[in-house]
Amino acid sequence: MPAIRLEGLVKHFGGEPGRRAPAGGGTAGGGVGGAAGGSPGGSAQNEAIVAVAGIDLEIVDGEFFSMLGPSGSGKTTTLRMIAGFERPTAGRIVLHGRDVTDLPPFERDVNTVFQDYALFPHMSVGENVAYGLMVRKVPRPEREVRVADALRMVRLEGYERRRPGQLSGGQRQRVALARALVNRPRVLLLDEPLGALDLKLREEMQIELKAIQQAVGITFIYVTHDQEEALTMSDRLAVFNRGRIEQLGTPADVYERPATRFVAGFVGTSNLLTGDSARAIIGSAGTFTVRPEKIHLVDPAATPGPDEASATGTIREVVYLGPDTRYIVALDAGGELVVTQQNLATSSMEALAAKGRVVRLTWKRQHNLPVGDG
Amino acid sequence: MVESRAVRIALRIATALAVSFLYMPLVILAIYAFNPSRLLVWPPTGFTLGWFGEAAANPAVIRAVINSLLAGALATSIALVLGTLAAYAVQRYRFFGRESISFLLVLPIALPGVVTGIALRTTFTTFGVDFGLMTIVIGHATFCVVIVYNNVIARLRRLPRSPEEASADLGADAATTFRRITLPGMRTALLSGGLLAFALSFDEVIVTIFTAGPGTQTIPMWIYQAIGRPTELPVVNVVALVLVLLSVIPVWLAQRIAGGEAASLSR
Ligand SMILES: Nc1ncnc2c1ncn2[C@@H]1O[C@H](COP(=O)(O)OP(=O)(O)O)[C@@H](O)[C@H]1O
Ligand SMILES: [Mg+2]
Repeated sequence: MPAIRLEGLVKHFGGEPGRRAPAGGGTAGGGVGGAAGGSPGGSAQNEAIVAVAGIDLEIVDGEFFSMLGPSGSGKTTTLRMIAGFERPTAGRIVLHGRDVTDLPPFERDVNTVFQDYALFPHMSVGENVAYGLMVRKVPRPEREVRVADALRMVRLEGYERRRPGQLSGGQRQRVALARALVNRPRVLLLDEPLGALDLKLREEMQIELKAIQQAVGITFIYVTHDQEEALTMSDRLAVFNRGRIEQLGTPADVYERPATRFVAGFVGTSNLLTGDSARAIIGSAGTFTVRPEKIHLVDPAATPGPDEASATGTIREVVYLGPDTRYIVALDAGGELVVTQQNLATSSMEALAAKGRVVRLTWKRQHNLPVGDG
Repeated sequence: MVESRAVRIALRIATALAVSFLYMPLVILAIYAFNPSRLLVWPPTGFTLGWFGEAAANPAVIRAVINSLLAGALATSIALVLGTLAAYAVQRYRFFGRESISFLLVLPIALPGVVTGIALRTTFTTFGVDFGLMTIVIGHATFCVVIVYNNVIARLRRLPRSPEEASADLGADAATTFRRITLPGMRTALLSGGLLAFALSFDEVIVTIFTAGPGTQTIPMWIYQAIGRPTELPVVNVVALVLVLLSVIPVWLAQRIAGGEAASLSR
């Protein structure tokens, strides 16, 4: 049985006459689970915003599943519908075989790590973490043990008495995580949990989160707009665009075999060959993408091997990145390709001097990835 | 901003004038409260605390003070419950007629006191309600509710929604979330709203006159009728001075709470 099944999930904002919805962004329980009276009114004159346009998805138990997509693509709204903060306009949400679409958040066996952490400012760290156990009437001795365990797991033992206001961003993030994990939910929802941290802390927490997920075996649904984060952490991911899933698969699937032009561009660099240049270089019509690290820069006079595609062009721009250099090459056949080369034996001087040079690009034909036009 | 010396001096003089214009009457009142002469004579003829004793021994004054305290406390309590619930409903839920209710709730503060007073009086008479302390309380509650409502709704607008969602997410139903998360977040708003409401009730005259029965007097009403009796003037001065202090303290406290809160929120 899948941990979660989403069936035809749709969410419109505005233009929902008669629906009793929380005033802006959802709220505690009552607004979600309460009966919708058939009262007229609402804001039918406003055009509805389609936040989620039909999502079908099954997430396996114990999976680290990411929802990746640009800002506004409907990831948060999908997550909030799973948590119960938003009522779907259409569709069903099934958690471990139980239809929870009409249940309020407090009756769903999921917990959420909020992007702004949403810690309770008037409670200590210990009280924050104990909150879920307290409202579920877990006896105090067990509560204390579990709170201590949870704080140890996020490496915050000894912080019970602090207030959230006295913690750093990274520590608050850990409290939010402990507060959710202590309830041992079967599914944990995380909405850009590392978005507010600086790069170094974020990379540390990525490793830590993944380790915690493997240790507790809970299904993680992880929302992010950072493709690298999604690729490195996930078992599978869904690429969101305009309220729909453009591609669903393992990180390798999505990166190496992007299903659509959008995915090719959003996950990695969009090196697209289309129209005439596709015909000239690849020999067939359609749209193809080639990952920048698969391309070699060689002398224009060199002859490509029999299994290689090849194109000539002029280096238009050079960006030195430390371990790599990125070359933007204007192709003679039309269009551009981005090429990244490791600086194995190249100095920055040499790399930057390549600007304006005429070059030949070669790559194995197997790296030509046809993409749909969706 | 950099001003010239002349402008700076002129501004200081203007400020001093405005402050003395506002506070001179209070100072004169205070001076007379300690003046041994039973009549208003200037300059004061000496210094005495005797009028305080006389005021404290006056049963009408005592009864009026008790009535005022009771009316203020009861009206404020009613306002805290109704104003808070109304603000929570309007701010956190969307329902039919939400905007109109929000408007209707604050309208009473704009109505002239005489209108509120006569409307209430007519209503009480219609339903055969006996005039007395309870009718005063109801009259005062009409504007106290607005004060609390405004304070609470302003706070709710600033309180982030996500802790309430987190509470529901962690298994708390709506009532528990309200009690454990929302209410603590509104605590200072309730306190300052309650203090302001109490201060308003404590010196209210117009609505009180319309809703008080013949035998019930609040302290502002007692002062108002006592100025007609010259022999009671020194006691009036003393009572008025105490009234000033009693209404300034809650307002000052409310301001401090609001100010401290603003500072801690912006930190
Ligand atoms: N409460 C809301 N009211 C109106 N529109 C909303 C609301 N929440 C989200 N939206 C809109 O729905 C779309 C999807 O938003 P969201 O799910 O937050 O995207 P993401 O998390 O992928 O950035 C956006 O266009 C956003 O403006
Ligand atoms: Mg989002």
